[in-house]
Amino acid sequence: MSASTLPSELAEPASDHQLLEVSLGPQHPSTHGVFRMDVSLDGEMVVKLKPVFGYLHRNHEKIAEKCSYLGSIPYTDRLDYICSLTNNWAYAMTVEKLAGLVAPERAEYIRVILSELTRLINHSALAGFLLQDMGALGTPLMYAFREREKILDLFESLTGARMMCNYMRFGGCRCDLPPGWIEQTRSLVANFPSFLDEFEALLTGNEILQARTEGVGVLTPQLAVNAGVTGPMLRATGVNYDIRKVDAYGVYGRFSFRVPLGERGDVFDRYMIRILEMRESLKILEQALRDIPAGPIIDPKAKLRNLRPKPGEAYGRIEGPKGELGFYLISDGGPNPYRYRIRPPSLINLTILEDMCLGQTIADAVVILGSVDIVLGEVDR
Amino acid sequence: MNGFGIIKGMIETARNFVGSYHDAQRLTTVQYPEQKLPPVENARTIPFLVFDGDDAMAGLRCTACVICEKECPPQCIYIVKDQVKKPDYVGKMQMQPKVFDIDISVCMSCGICVEVCPFDAIKMDQVFELSTGDRFGKLLLDKHQLAKPNDYFVKIHKTEASEIDVRREEDKRKAEAAAAAKAAAPKSPATPGAAK
Repeated sequence: MSASTLPSELAEPASDHQLLEVSLGPQHPSTHGVFRMDVSLDGEMVVKLKPVFGYLHRNHEKIAEKCSYLGSIPYTDRLDYICSLTNNWAYAMTVEKLAGLVAPERAEYIRVILSELTRLINHSALAGFLLQDMGALGTPLMYAFREREKILDLFESLTGARMMCNYMRFGGCRCDLPPGWIEQTRSLVANFPSFLDEFEALLTGNEILQARTEGVGVLTPQLAVNAGVTGPMLRATGVNYDIRKVDAYGVYGRFSFRVPLGERGDVFDRYMIRILEMRESLKILEQALRDIPAGPIIDPKAKLRNLRPKPGEAYGRIEGPKGELGFYLISDGGPNPYRYRIRPPSLINLTILEDMCLGQTIADAVVILGSVDIVLGEVDR
Repeated sequence: MNGFGIIKGMIETARNFVGSYHDAQRLTTVQYPEQKLPPVENARTIPFLVFDGDDAMAGLRCTACVICEKECPPQCIYIVKDQVKKPDYVGKMQMQPKVFDIDISVCMSCGICVEVCPFDAIKMDQVFELSTGDRFGKLLLDKHQLAKPNDYFVKIHKTEASEIDVRREEDKRKAEAAAAAKAAAPKSPATPGAAK
């Protein structure tokens, strides 16, 4: 912490004010990982905010360029470690585009089911963390994690791991569903709305939550679109853009679901959008679990080892729980990609943090950061 | 009414608190060191090497083909091929590993070695509680520590192991039949050319 005086042209109208520079993070518990905010404060107001990241950089993109196409899949789990299966899907989809593989229908249904379950995990955990940032220490997060554990149990019985699933392959999925898995998932999906009702009874009507979130961190649709913000952040401002609807990738075109939209783009809308999206995810899950066909789970043309796609490039994107997750691959015909690039939703959504925080109090800056929903594994790669 | 939402939320908390005493849906945790949940069948932690029979080193299925070493994303497997060959379960002469080390401090439990192994020789274990005070020695496992009998594999991954056992039984039967046919074959033509 250091006190400093800014040159008069930079300071706010009352130029004799002293600004206080506070470094929030990287070990600050409310910054969601190793993320640092350099904040200049005028009293309690934020007048300048500089996000600093890179503490979790692990050279993922370069490692992937030295690794075979198969070998990168376990690394993609570690990007956004709360939602490993959607990362798998985005990568597998891009390699499929590059190598001209087509996943069988059953595999596509499994992918939809898993990615919607992942969305439930992410949004319930996010709501819990957001409330933790507002000072509701423990309780909402504990309830959210209790439900998350039940979904992780399903992931473990299918993929063998709770978080680092490493399940999807280019051309399909690694193994078929174990017996009884569909029934277990169905009963989970049937019980989940009662958890959501409870969660909403606990939180949505709570006056303290409303007072802390309404009108805080307002993001305008124009700024959101210009900055390339995607996902629930963008939809909370009222822009109707969901890649599941726009691209209808996989088999998403077959399901009927609605895209919830916000009005004001404040923190409360961002919280509410996530709750509503979970309800829509449950609708998709019900339909997918009902319609899942029998059949093979991997394209017979797909070979995992020594995959050498023809020279070319491909960009695959999916609607991850946090926004548009894209992979960009260039192949030069060799066994590993020539260029491997990720478009992480968390990083892009973080770029407008300062615009949302200016003029707010320091306590609100923490809440606004919590509502952006970042995972540093993805921001830093 | 102001404050009503908070009271409503507190009723929820009370319901969860009371529920945690009688409702299994509300209390999903166990008291870990005393109570342990059995691992699910697909669970995986670190790899181990499967051997058949009683002698671990003689019965290793690994043929030191080094595919797993090449494919391992974090490069945690180290293999040196032996000069001597040994017959495998169908009687074909195969290489064997002289050194087979896995650095489990590097291993990220992805299971790609299992996927690419054409001999069903390396499989994922379900042991946990692997922490040790020795950072360098005890986390580098050699082939003696990695070798585990097929019975153990059958115990932890029942479905997968029984499928593999059936397939290997079939292969063995075919190989024996082929060997028997080959042994019988030279007698009937009795020409020098056919013996080649």
